[in-house]
Amino acid sequence: MITFIELLVNGISIGAVYALIALGFVVIFKATEVVNFAHASLLLVGGFIIAKTHESVGFWPALLLGLAGAAVLGALIEFLVIRRANVVNHSVLAIVTIGVDIVLTTELTRQIGTEVLALGDPWGSQVLHLGAVNIPLARIAALLAASAVIAAFLLAFKYTNWGVAMRATAEDAETAALMGVRRGRVSMGAWAVAGALAALAALFMCIFPTPGLDRTVTATAMKAFPAAILGGLDSTTGALAGGLIIGVTESLVSGYQGELVFLGRGLGDVAPFLVMIIVLLIRPAGLFGTRELARV
Amino acid sequence: MNVHDPGPPGDSGLTVRDLAVSYGPVTALRGISLEVPRGSVVTVLGGNGAGKSTLLRAISGTLRFHRGGITAGEIGFGRARLSGAATSAVVAHGVVQVPEGRKIFARMTVEENLRAGALGARDRRSASESRERVLTLFPVLAERARQRAGLLSGGEQQMLAIGRALMARPKLLLLDEPTLGLAPMMAARIADTVREINAQGTTVLLVEQNAALALSLASHAYVLEVGEVVLSGPAAELAESDEVRRRYLGIGDDRDEAPLAGAAPARPALSRWSA
Repeated sequence: MITFIELLVNGISIGAVYALIALGFVVIFKATEVVNFAHASLLLVGGFIIAKTHESVGFWPALLLGLAGAAVLGALIEFLVIRRANVVNHSVLAIVTIGVDIVLTTELTRQIGTEVLALGDPWGSQVLHLGAVNIPLARIAALLAASAVIAAFLLAFKYTNWGVAMRATAEDAETAALMGVRRGRVSMGAWAVAGALAALAALFMCIFPTPGLDRTVTATAMKAFPAAILGGLDSTTGALAGGLIIGVTESLVSGYQGELVFLGRGLGDVAPFLVMIIVLLIRPAGLFGTRELARV
Repeated sequence: MNVHDPGPPGDSGLTVRDLAVSYGPVTALRGISLEVPRGSVVTVLGGNGAGKSTLLRAISGTLRFHRGGITAGEIGFGRARLSGAATSAVVAHGVVQVPEGRKIFARMTVEENLRAGALGARDRRSASESRERVLTLFPVLAERARQRAGLLSGGEQQMLAIGRALMARPKLLLLDEPTLGLAPMMAARIADTVREINAQGTTVLLVEQNAALALSLASHAYVLEVGEVVLSGPAAELAESDEVRRRYLGIGDDRDEAPLAGAAPARPALSRWSA
């Protein structure tokens, strides 16, 4: 039972981090109808900036720099690549983002090399003891921070002019333009927000129990992709639900791997994709999605 | 009543000069000119594919959403040049369009739709003032403020679409077939509303297939066919003309189907672009 609670809390915590990444996917998809495969590299850039600056400026300023850096990079990708590309089919833009991802990831992994970079977070490897249940402080911080940011994001999405403009554009870009909404601004804002969310996710993916930022973090980040897909690529609620489902599944399956050994090792890494496939077989648009994606 | 009559000169309204528009290789407007003087209601009549919606797209700057563009001519509003301007700039100049088919944001609430309408307003402070004006004009929108707009009836959706456009405090309101698909009684209510909006000082350019209704509202009318202005003149005069009566009002002898003014060639199917 204690193991179960520990695994569950860990799962929810990592799920909240996946939800941050999935939310970025969803925001970009809603604003520009582009499936952004460069998301993992935004995340890597955010984490890399935090890792490289925290020693000289301290952790919190470094975190701000990381968030800002990833946001600027997101906005730049939108401005320099997505906006210039004059294509009819948005699937082509998805392929363009794969190219962007390869360029960025290759350069960053070259910079990182074989090192494992610490992010200088204040939580370290401390563990919170609640009776017999032991939970790392870093996981609690991840859960709280991700929940707060997601809540703030959803409130902004619902109540601010930015949110109204964003949802109007997502629903009908031409009519939104007739209201005077500047599409370029909306989509650039979406990419920037997605970048900042990814950088925050990078922080919580690279602290305890993970030893630090290394070049495999992009692979881990791609686990948020099934989260976004199974929730429905155009649904913010779906991103949350998807993130939590993937996080909890992964945590439980890895935790009980001993009992599931007849299925082979490393099932925890496969489970998110299995869940995604099962959900998509039943609901092709995802749990909360309204648009089916064909062959992306 | 002459062909290509530019109408009375007016420096403060909307002026369209020799406007030509094409979608790729397909020409949709072939050099049309029209004027909408300040404070007036002007209507543009024509069947499917005549280029009515294309005209409004050209004015609002949304041709690029349909892979089209202005190839010649100019659109001016007051001292501002609208041809080539971004849609947000057109809205900022006070020219706001109510699109055909209403196009309300179905997944957002009525209140949020009105809010979206104020996004491009020149003066954000006046949003609550505009909201009051809209809700006085359409009390039903106040009752339904928290409902999802997709759940409104067709007539209510049209009211919401017009109300949403009024949130931007337009000087010129462009209406694209506002009575399309509405019951006659609801169409008459929309017509009354258009009169009321005009009486409050907003200039109206009304694009319609319902010629009887449009001619009763407008002071001046243009008839488009296959991308050209084939008739224009005071609305009352056009309503009396034989060709308009026969062709658009369904009155009189319909054995004679000769093209208007002898100008229009056999009509190609253009319905795909302006339906």
